[in-house]
Amino acid sequence: MKRHLISAADLTRDDALLVLDTAEEMARVADRPIKKLPTLRGRTVVNLFFEDSTRTRISFEAAAKRLSADVINFSAKGSSVSKGESLKDTALTLEAMGADAVVIRHHASGAPHRLATSGWIGGSVVNAGDGTHEHPTQALLDAFTMRRHLAGAPDGGPTFHRGPGDGTGRDLEGRRITIVGDVLHSRVARSNVALLGTLGAHVTLVAPPTLLPIGVESWPCEVSYDLDAVLAKSDAVMMLRVQSERMNAAFFPTEREYARRYGLDGARMAALPEHAIVMHPGPMNRGMEITAEVADSGRCTVVEQVANGVSVRMAVLYLLLGGNEPAVATATPRTEETKQA
Amino acid sequence: MVEDRNVSARPVLEAPDIARVLTRIAHEIVERAKGADDVVLLGIPTRGVFLARRLADKLAGITGRQTPVGSLDITMYRDDLRLKPARALERTEIPGDGIDGRLVVLVDDVLFSGRTIRAALDALGDIGRPRAVQLAVLVDRGHRELPIRADYVGKNLPTSLRETVKVQLAENDGRDAVLLGARDE
Repeated sequence: MKRHLISAADLTRDDALLVLDTAEEMARVADRPIKKLPTLRGRTVVNLFFEDSTRTRISFEAAAKRLSADVINFSAKGSSVSKGESLKDTALTLEAMGADAVVIRHHASGAPHRLATSGWIGGSVVNAGDGTHEHPTQALLDAFTMRRHLAGAPDGGPTFHRGPGDGTGRDLEGRRITIVGDVLHSRVARSNVALLGTLGAHVTLVAPPTLLPIGVESWPCEVSYDLDAVLAKSDAVMMLRVQSERMNAAFFPTEREYARRYGLDGARMAALPEHAIVMHPGPMNRGMEITAEVADSGRCTVVEQVANGVSVRMAVLYLLLGGNEPAVATATPRTEETKQA
Repeated sequence: MVEDRNVSARPVLEAPDIARVLTRIAHEIVERAKGADDVVLLGIPTRGVFLARRLADKLAGITGRQTPVGSLDITMYRDDLRLKPARALERTEIPGDGIDGRLVVLVDDVLFSGRTIRAALDALGDIGRPRAVQLAVLVDRGHRELPIRADYVGKNLPTSLRETVKVQLAENDGRDAVLLGARDE
């Protein structure tokens, strides 16, 4: 059954454009007096969160509710998971409750894949972030935001900060995207590299060598250690959060040194092309990877990314659950586990 | 409507007929709406939108005023969503002044079961509260499955369920025609 969204790499260019174009229509619902569609009436979406998350869970919840689905929030804290229940038994419980889709966030990379291929549940699995692996809906909302700003003008070019445009039908061919910071621990970076490559963009990762994963040279992107060298030729700069909860080793000498070499301040922002935007998946560490001056500037799309997240997740839920079979042909991953099911 | 290209399809309306029919509907709208000053035309994608734009041009020719025209996608309000794979959405574009208190004229190419119009009425209810809603169609082919009727009909076309009605419009198909064909079994 091909009805899951586990990895951004599973999306073809056509799939990705279908999600983004659908999200464009979903975004218009937010401007209406009644921000609700009857489309998923009677469907149940379970938000299964084993890891703390505010914005992703709320975003999925808002998306499902705007489509009239019933939403059950399940967080590991205060549930039987804290009593030692396994992922399998949790999944079987959700299946018994008739979940049509399970949105899962898990601290272990591969948990959504396991859930999707195990045969424990019959519904769709949507990966809402697993360990340091992937966060496909974040990549989709980032691409959506980029498309609105960098391909949203009537001629298909950038909007030069005159508000987001409508990039329906367009990809990100030739756009240069720079992703800066803790790539090692970032599922956002992984998903973005895959999706942006599919959409035709050129991605450059900028990070201290200690915060780049092994094997990064095989990724479809370039790598640089010098932020100032790439700023002038970037259409968008995405600042990643320094994940202090995952900084269990000496990845960089001091926070101050990190901020000086890899942080985005006003001077660096001025070096960007006039049309370029500054992005951040949130939550921001002001003064660390991004200064308040940049975060509060008109070029920073953080707040817009949150709003776009709801539209993109509505699109994903609609395309996976809106018909008798998903419109997005996301590949069910390749393992032997499917046979055991 | 039905996409299959049928060799035996027979034109029942040609380009000049369609132009005449739309002119008549425009006059009927002006007459029934007593000047049509609060009319908003909403086309149902794909071809209903082109028809709505053409009607707006005709109305402008009659009244000398621009009639607001937009589009209303009904995909997410369909009652057969679960029978088919999830469909791509079409554009919904409501004119700037909205539809509250206005006379909304829905425009579609073919009126058949009436289910599309039922979905459109649901969709309208989420967007605003029109003074009244009317329906204009190019072709009414019968076989209603719901208590719905059109206020303005281009052509009543009695058909059997084994026939297909295909509307072609220059904006989308390169030429204007209404074709009646046999369904491939």
